[in-house]
Amino acid sequence: MSFEILTYAFMHRALIAGSAIAILCSVMGLFLVLRRYSLFGDALAHSSFGGIALGLFAGIYPLWTAYGVSIISALLITKIKEKYNISGDASIAVLLSSGIAVGLVIISFSGGFSLDIFSFLFGSILLVSVEDTVGIVALTGVILMIILLLYRQILYSTFNERQAKVSGVPVDKINYLIIILAGVTVVTAVQLVGVLLISALFVIPNVTAIMYGRGFKQTMFISMTIAVSSVIAGILISYVFDITPAGTIVLFAIGVLAVTMGIKSAGLLSKN
Amino acid sequence: MLNAVEISNLTVKYPDLTALDGVSFTIKQGDFLGIIGPNGAGKSTLFDSMLGLNTNYTGTIKFFDEDIKKSKTYRKEIGYVPQKPEFENNFPATVSEVVRMGLRKKSDDKKVDEILQQLWIHELRNRRIGELSGGQLQRVFIAKALVNDPKILILDEPSTGVDQQSIDLFFSILKELNSKQGITIIWSSHDLDAVNKLANHVACLNRTLFFHGKSETFFSDDKLVKQYSEASMQEHMHHH
Repeated sequence: MSFEILTYAFMHRALIAGSAIAILCSVMGLFLVLRRYSLFGDALAHSSFGGIALGLFAGIYPLWTAYGVSIISALLITKIKEKYNISGDASIAVLLSSGIAVGLVIISFSGGFSLDIFSFLFGSILLVSVEDTVGIVALTGVILMIILLLYRQILYSTFNERQAKVSGVPVDKINYLIIILAGVTVVTAVQLVGVLLISALFVIPNVTAIMYGRGFKQTMFISMTIAVSSVIAGILISYVFDITPAGTIVLFAIGVLAVTMGIKSAGLLSKN
Repeated sequence: MLNAVEISNLTVKYPDLTALDGVSFTIKQGDFLGIIGPNGAGKSTLFDSMLGLNTNYTGTIKFFDEDIKKSKTYRKEIGYVPQKPEFENNFPATVSEVVRMGLRKKSDDKKVDEILQQLWIHELRNRRIGELSGGQLQRVFIAKALVNDPKILILDEPSTGVDQQSIDLFFSILKELNSKQGITIIWSSHDLDAVNKLANHVACLNRTLFFHGKSETFFSDDKLVKQYSEASMQEHMHHH
């Protein structure tokens, strides 16, 4: 294998943007997984598909409509869940299918699938522009900063809502914040990994890291490391073998999970 | 002595039942109050109301003369130990991370260390919480409640399902917190003997308050004790 690929500018952009997305998705995903909201990322990604279709149809930059639709539907589904007492998994199913349905109807209005839609469905990490890369890195920085500032409150309300409330943590506000940040993260990541595989980046590195990590910070760090390595390895491997990057990234992460499970079954990891 | 807690005419009505009916009592600073009563007596409702989790009540609850519906600062005087420390069993957090969650001030490593030592869990500080025994876990949650130096410690039936050695250690810790550090303790329990041994005041609750006073008064009055035991016995039979 030649190292020539590392000299291409598009490859630099893909690796930088990809790593930023990997860090962001693994951090947000850890909170979602521990809140039993693992599929929430998937549902948001599907609703962003509706948003993207809407943008393409209306001639607005599709990412903006995707952000809007994702955040609004995330908040809406949370409200509906509270008000009508629908379970978490059912509300996620509702959100997921409505996003896809809206997208499909809009696409059929506009006369069928376009190439743009395909790149959002399956991701186009190698096509990421300089502006997008800067935007992704900046957004990652902002979201991580918010999480860092509210770290104790977010962690406490993830650990136990009731006790956090008693300690004066504004749990309801924190929950909405998490949902909004997850919505922003998903749409930002969609352009790279695609709608169909996004929840993999949210869930798989975290499921793996939880098996290794002792404490929360350690788990978060392990998860970030797995996610970034998967993205880098996935991009490079896919380029060399000329296969889809998004799929390769996810398969690499699944490989790490499989090895971890093997190690755990062999009794080489401590309990839990 | 200043009143730590003052509850007047607390009434909580649900659509199909009255959970608490005109409950009034005061807890003086430094008291060790045991709250007893059968299941469904309204203990949880009383605690939820005191902790600000249930605001749907009439009457008033005051902590240090401040109405909790109007005060935003009263929470910092309270440490709360839940009945069961509920969390996902595989939650990746160490003992010291859990204790730190309770910390209001930025980061006070010295305080965290001190509390961990006081509760005999310092050597467990880097262990994952899912690996601990029931008794160890209970002390972790007490540590979390104590880390802000609260004036009042509220414990919701905490000795359920923990081995005898841990229970003894737990009782001696409570006693020390109350007598040496002057922390007011409000403790709901099923265990009449333990309440008799530890608490200096007793409140006996069954939707209304049917006794509140010094524990020796309660426990020397056979009629009261019998009445209480019959109430819990009835409730017990009802459950089986």
